Amino acid sequence: MTELSQLTLVEAAAALRAGDCTSVALTESVLDRASLTEASVHAYLTIDRLGALAAAEASDRRIADEKPIGLLDGLPIALKDNMMTKGIETTASSKILSGYIPPYDGTVVRRLREAGAVFVGKTNLDEFAMGSSTENSAYGPTRNPWNLDTVPGGSSGGSAAAVAAGSALAALGSDTGGSIRQPAALCGLVGTKPTYGLVSRYGLIAFASSLDQIGPLTRSVQDAAILYEAIAGHDPHDATSFPGPAPSGTERLGAGVEGLRVGVVNELSADGIDDEVVAAFRATVDRLEKAGAEIVELSLPSTATALSAYYLIAPAECSANLARFDGVRYGLRVAGSTVDEMMSLTRAEGFGSEVIRRILLGTYALSAGYYDAFYGQAQRVRTLIIQEFARAYEQVDVLVSPTAPAPAFELGAKTQDPLSMYMQDICTIPSNLSGHPAMSVPVGLSASGLPIGFQVMAPALGETVMFQVASAIEALSDDIGRPVLEVVAS
Amino acid sequence: MKWEPVIGIEVHVELETASKMFCGCAVDFEAEPNTNVCPVCLGLPGALPVPNRKAIEWITKIGLAFNCSISERSQFHRKNYFYSDQPKNYQISQFDVPVCHDGWLDVMVDGVTSRIRINRAHMEEDTGKSIHVGDSGRIHSATETLLNFNRAGVPLVEIVSEADIRSAAQARAYAQDLRTVVAALGVSDAKLEEGSIRFDANVSIRPVGTEPFGTKVEVKNMNSFRSLERAVDYEIHRQESVLKSGGIIHQETRHWDEGEGVTHSMRSKEGSSDYRYFPEPDLLPIEVTDEWRDAIAATLPEMPAARVLRYVALGADADSAASLAGSAALATLFESAVEAGAPGNVAANWLTGEVTAWSRRESLDVAESALTGEHVRDLAAMVAANSLSSTAAKEVLGYVLAGEGGPVEVATAHDLVQISDSGALEEAVDEVIADNEEQFARLVGGEDKLIGFFVGLVMRVTGGKADPRAVTEIIRSRIG
Repeated sequence: MTELSQLTLVEAAAALRAGDCTSVALTESVLDRASLTEASVHAYLTIDRLGALAAAEASDRRIADEKPIGLLDGLPIALKDNMMTKGIETTASSKILSGYIPPYDGTVVRRLREAGAVFVGKTNLDEFAMGSSTENSAYGPTRNPWNLDTVPGGSSGGSAAAVAAGSALAALGSDTGGSIRQPAALCGLVGTKPTYGLVSRYGLIAFASSLDQIGPLTRSVQDAAILYEAIAGHDPHDATSFPGPAPSGTERLGAGVEGLRVGVVNELSADGIDDEVVAAFRATVDRLEKAGAEIVELSLPSTATALSAYYLIAPAECSANLARFDGVRYGLRVAGSTVDEMMSLTRAEGFGSEVIRRILLGTYALSAGYYDAFYGQAQRVRTLIIQEFARAYEQVDVLVSPTAPAPAFELGAKTQDPLSMYMQDICTIPSNLSGHPAMSVPVGLSASGLPIGFQVMAPALGETVMFQVASAIEALSDDIGRPVLEVVAS
Repeated sequence: MKWEPVIGIEVHVELETASKMFCGCAVDFEAEPNTNVCPVCLGLPGALPVPNRKAIEWITKIGLAFNCSISERSQFHRKNYFYSDQPKNYQISQFDVPVCHDGWLDVMVDGVTSRIRINRAHMEEDTGKSIHVGDSGRIHSATETLLNFNRAGVPLVEIVSEADIRSAAQARAYAQDLRTVVAALGVSDAKLEEGSIRFDANVSIRPVGTEPFGTKVEVKNMNSFRSLERAVDYEIHRQESVLKSGGIIHQETRHWDEGEGVTHSMRSKEGSSDYRYFPEPDLLPIEVTDEWRDAIAATLPEMPAARVLRYVALGADADSAASLAGSAALATLFESAVEAGAPGNVAANWLTGEVTAWSRRESLDVAESALTGEHVRDLAAMVAANSLSSTAAKEVLGYVLAGEGGPVEVATAHDLVQISDSGALEEAVDEVIADNEEQFARLVGGEDKLIGFFVGLVMRVTGGKADPRAVTEIIRSRIG
């Protein structure tokens, strides 16, 4: 049998039911794995060993009584450290929240807890989810288990690295401009951003409220669909939560692509994309066609402006969302001679440079006299993008593109050049602006052995067809396996 | 040069909903500090606001009471500014599309009615409270600031008038009438002294006959209607004297000092604060459908102005009608007294006179007394039937208010019913005449002052319970 820490959720659940292993054994296997990999990978900010084992024991008792709560009961999962976990430090990788212990569970965390999931710990991220490499963490970068010289992507890089390294069976991330899909692509995982509003944001530290969405990072499309179904659904604590039932994720898995219309977005599939990535993308499109899909090449010109619109809207919202970190009620406080000075010193000391850059950008974009030219204009562009995608979905069932413009890059390669870092999200940002679901599926390895991701985008509430196509792609692609990681016991 | 004041009033009304605007915490100002708080109203990371439907209903009610149009879809915005008692460092408020817009309120000063237009009424959340701890209790010398977040997130309605007000007296009348309406709606306890309704005035002056507005000054910290009137009046004169001496008015916020009777500069609004308003992404637009609006309109109580007119029609004079309409307890008593059959003018006089005086003297709300509408009717009837003198009637009322019972019962118990039964009085008069034949002869002979002597004797015989007027009449009938 495969090493327990390398199982998919579905495999592990089956092993638990069959009595081939226990939740405690599964949990110990990922904890043991973490103790081997963390020194080099640094996927976690906090590992809750005792809490995880206690939850695993409780789960084993339920399974022994043949009363498991559901499929996720007893499965060790990691949480990005921007999700509120009652009693467990939550920092969003920021110094300003160092030592902050939340008094409540976010809705998604509560749902998974109630489903019997075992929380291994809290994973590293770019501070407040702002970045594409997990290098912007106040607690040090995370490395990509496929090649420790490279980044795991970001901002959910810790969640991606944990699942890739075997220190969790699956993880949750959050995606504001590609923060689940791009690290999934760079770490060889399935990364899913559901339709905006399907997964509650209550208890997620807000970066850009109109764009943020929680979703799973998993080892298979089926795992993604199952975890998505566990966290999706209306939440009265989130006023932007979709009131109706969430579409099924699992219903059409394995149903093939015969007769489906698949749109290739020209603007996202050539210019500025690495040759190897384009080749892997085209090869996958060909396979889809051979499998019976109708391929439609189409143009979405407004996507060219998506990145610019995003870098006005997201910073504008973050400039307000991060205003509450002022040293008054919680978190870091740097003393000052007046309250204003205390707040200024706290924020200057507590925020990293990328966060400060975005707060300044957003504050400027909202300022009197600039609002219309910047924030107002960006919202108009966003409306155009939504309309253009809506028209495209009249012609096709799903849209496809590469997920990230290139495989994982080396640490430090882009830290001095914010714009080239921002370009990492060129293919993923349009779905955040439109609110539509999108996911990344691994489709191969580069010559240097790094994973390449393929993005499937679907119309709002189009999760069922999105997972259907993703499962077909997974079946049509060669298994990239798991990273071979040189580990040293710490 | 003659100057004309141009005044606009901004009113903040705290709604007395059961829970806060965006979370389930109780609205309760008596509670221990920081006990009615949760992740949402403390601005903890990850918390999200969910709007209170009751508050939306109530602001709609307020808007309808002030003749406003109600927006079918209005939008929450974030108003960004850093302040330590504001948990998120932005206030959820409204900007370009408020719930209510374009209404009015008619106010009367010195018999002249003017229509004050209301620009808007919008929904927002209150801040927490800062308590500055230090030698003087003032912000500048404070050594520590304590924060109480029980008020943070309490639903707040801001009602903004147009700059239609032209005098300090009119400003006061507007504020008073507005408060009366809000109190009548039952959506706020609307107490100035407790800050549940707060008035700020924007004051500028311009030469009479000119159109453009002068530079406006915002005056804050008035905690009574009187201080609002005084502060506006002071500010008008201050601005006049500045301009007369060749100075210029600065756009600023000024603080009314009740003790000194002056306004002090608080902060300059030059380079005015940029609140960087933008649509609140955590909230969907507020929808008030026509059906909902109409259902809310159907719950509107009678507005005070309409009630005053109705009370006048029932017989109250204009001043009494206004007093009755301004007090829920008096209004209830008045209506039940009239319904029970009391004449409107008499009931109004008793309620606005003796009953109100009792309430002031005892520092008790009329609603806390035992008085009923039937009591008022009985009292009025006894006086009309001469069974009670006006002095005795006041005494009887006192016992009734104190809970001793109804007027008939109380008057009998305290032996205050006067004898106006003519048979009994005639018997008494004849008896006295028979005992004092000589004096009666002198009276008949023209010594008219002796009538007082006989009245006095009859009063003594009846133990003071005779109606002196009736006695006098009987004696005169005996003189022939």
